[in-house]
Amino acid sequence: MTERHTGDVALEAIDLSRHFTARGEGGFFGAKKQVRAVDRASISLRSGEVLAVVGESGSGKSVLARMLARIVTPTSGEIKIYGESIDLTKRRELSYASEVQLVLQDPFAAVNPVRRVRYAIERPLLLHGTNKADVAAKANEVLESVSLTPPEQYLDRYPHELSGGQLQRINIARGLSVNPGILLADEPISMLDVSVRLGVLNLLRELCDNRHLAIMYITHDIASARYIADETVVMYAGQVVERARQTTVIDAPVHPYTQLLVSSVPNPENLSHQNTSATSTTVSINFNYDGCRFSPRCPHATDLCHTNEPPNVDVDENHSVRCWLAASDEQRRAVTISSRATSPAN
Amino acid sequence: MKSLRIPRSGKVVAGLIIFSVFVVLTIIGPWLAPYDPSATTFTPNQAPSWHHWLGTTSLGQDVISQLLVGCRVTMVVSFIAGFVATFISIVIGLAAGYLGGRTDDGLSILSTVFLVMPGLPLLIVISSLLPTGQQASPLIIGVIVAITGWAWGARVLRAQTLSLRNRDFVVAAHIIGEKRWRIMFKEIGPNLLPILASSLLFTILYSVGVYTTLAYLGLTNITTWNWGTMLYWAQSNNAALAGEWWWLAPPGIAIALVGTSLALINFGIDEFVNPRLREGGATKRQQRRAGLTRRPRLGYTPVVKTTNVPLVTSPDAVSPLKDEMS
Repeated sequence: MTERHTGDVALEAIDLSRHFTARGEGGFFGAKKQVRAVDRASISLRSGEVLAVVGESGSGKSVLARMLARIVTPTSGEIKIYGESIDLTKRRELSYASEVQLVLQDPFAAVNPVRRVRYAIERPLLLHGTNKADVAAKANEVLESVSLTPPEQYLDRYPHELSGGQLQRINIARGLSVNPGILLADEPISMLDVSVRLGVLNLLRELCDNRHLAIMYITHDIASARYIADETVVMYAGQVVERARQTTVIDAPVHPYTQLLVSSVPNPENLSHQNTSATSTTVSINFNYDGCRFSPRCPHATDLCHTNEPPNVDVDENHSVRCWLAASDEQRRAVTISSRATSPAN
Repeated sequence: MKSLRIPRSGKVVAGLIIFSVFVVLTIIGPWLAPYDPSATTFTPNQAPSWHHWLGTTSLGQDVISQLLVGCRVTMVVSFIAGFVATFISIVIGLAAGYLGGRTDDGLSILSTVFLVMPGLPLLIVISSLLPTGQQASPLIIGVIVAITGWAWGARVLRAQTLSLRNRDFVVAAHIIGEKRWRIMFKEIGPNLLPILASSLLFTILYSVGVYTTLAYLGLTNITTWNWGTMLYWAQSNNAALAGEWWWLAPPGIAIALVGTSLALINFGIDEFVNPRLREGGATKRQQRRAGLTRRPRLGYTPVVKTTNVPLVTSPDAVSPLKDEMS
């Protein structure tokens, strides 16, 4: 395997999109419409760092992870692994699977209920070139690396005999068994009891530091993102709306949607129910909106927001946001006034 | 699989006992038969007696010998038909459910055609086309019965596969790079076992019925003995009118018993195939011994009086695991 250095870009998505075709109103005979589940999203994962992807349900974060794991084919865009572009029209090769692994959200569903834990751990080992003779020893080693000790106690059990936290560790262990450089974790703690969440988060952080893994941590819980992330990306309706290094996104959010997310976290120091800056009621996400996708919910929305897609604006070198509020005057002027139609929202 | 325990349910035990009696008869029946079933050397129309336990036919043949000899062919044909039909339904059902798209469309149409096609007339046509020598071959008859009997199982398996294919563990297998056929047969397949087993039992049952019907109509070789040909000869010699119940009833009762035993076994299938039911749980007697209150009372939660739950060194705190399995 290639040498991994902390900070090197391991996996990169450039303008990755995935559109789904859905039936519109009118049932079977209705016109089909396109849902842009992920729309020109660009992110990069670095070795030895955790990238947190935050967003509400339906924001496209899981689809993005599945595209990066190459089990969902992107509609357009590019994926680069260690700087090399991948031919997305071809089938995923085994070598890609041994470099990029995805941990699924629901630990109870992700392990085959009629197979013992041993099977879940040993299959990827055998598949990725471990000798039959070494498999048992390797399986023990893998389980120990996720602190399931002694391994013998877990290998011959069925999934229903284990707790959610133990199962999620087994899921992570399965991903790690092929010794990948990149681990994509799709809401790994959302189905777990609060008491074991921290354990799993710490495990991810440890793996990231000790093995120089590049980890993509998907969550809707912005507090856990703040805890673990080196870089945070906020997604809304398939688009990356804000990104920043360290905890800037949470400590100094610029995008109104991020502000909404941050303010919706219960704050023990401020128990009064403060008014949120944006409407927190769920508005069905309009994927085909021409303007800013968040504008129907945004308290600061102007006519410009409803008709024109906002540009990516750099707040500083480590912080960028996709919002007209942060845009410069030149950027606003660049949009032709004539393209403004009456607002479809409201 | 760990050790197979004796099933708890009385129904299953009864089913297994009846069924194994017939399996034993299938193997040793022809040797147990006291006389040659075709020999017409006895006094005709005798009621059951010590010499002829189930009497004799109006042709002077021994009925119990016919029953014992006929058991083998009936059971062998039904088993062949059951297994062949189940095999076809696994391949077609799994492929249609897992691969989806055009494959699914094509295979679904195929199985629908076989479902709506009237089975018996088709069987009659096919078997009348066979050369006389092959009408006696259990293998060929079994395969023909299977051809009309697989579609139901295929549809059920397809439906179950459809519900399983999007489960996370299938996605997880895909992520680690498993090949499609391996996901189909090694990941999804074992989850289909309860349905598969019950489908197998009922296909065998169907085959017993169909094969007997074919023989009763005289469409198989009427000189080989099975329960259907016994009924054929009884009918063509007006056994019912003559009041020779001992000639008519035994094959009918035998068929009914085989069917009953298969249906009873079906009750216990889940216990064998589902690891959750296989390992855990306790019978009422075991519960009483463990000190579990048997009858729940209002306001009281049943609690085990003596705990022997071992401490488990889990990184994630407590989970009550049973230590006898480690």
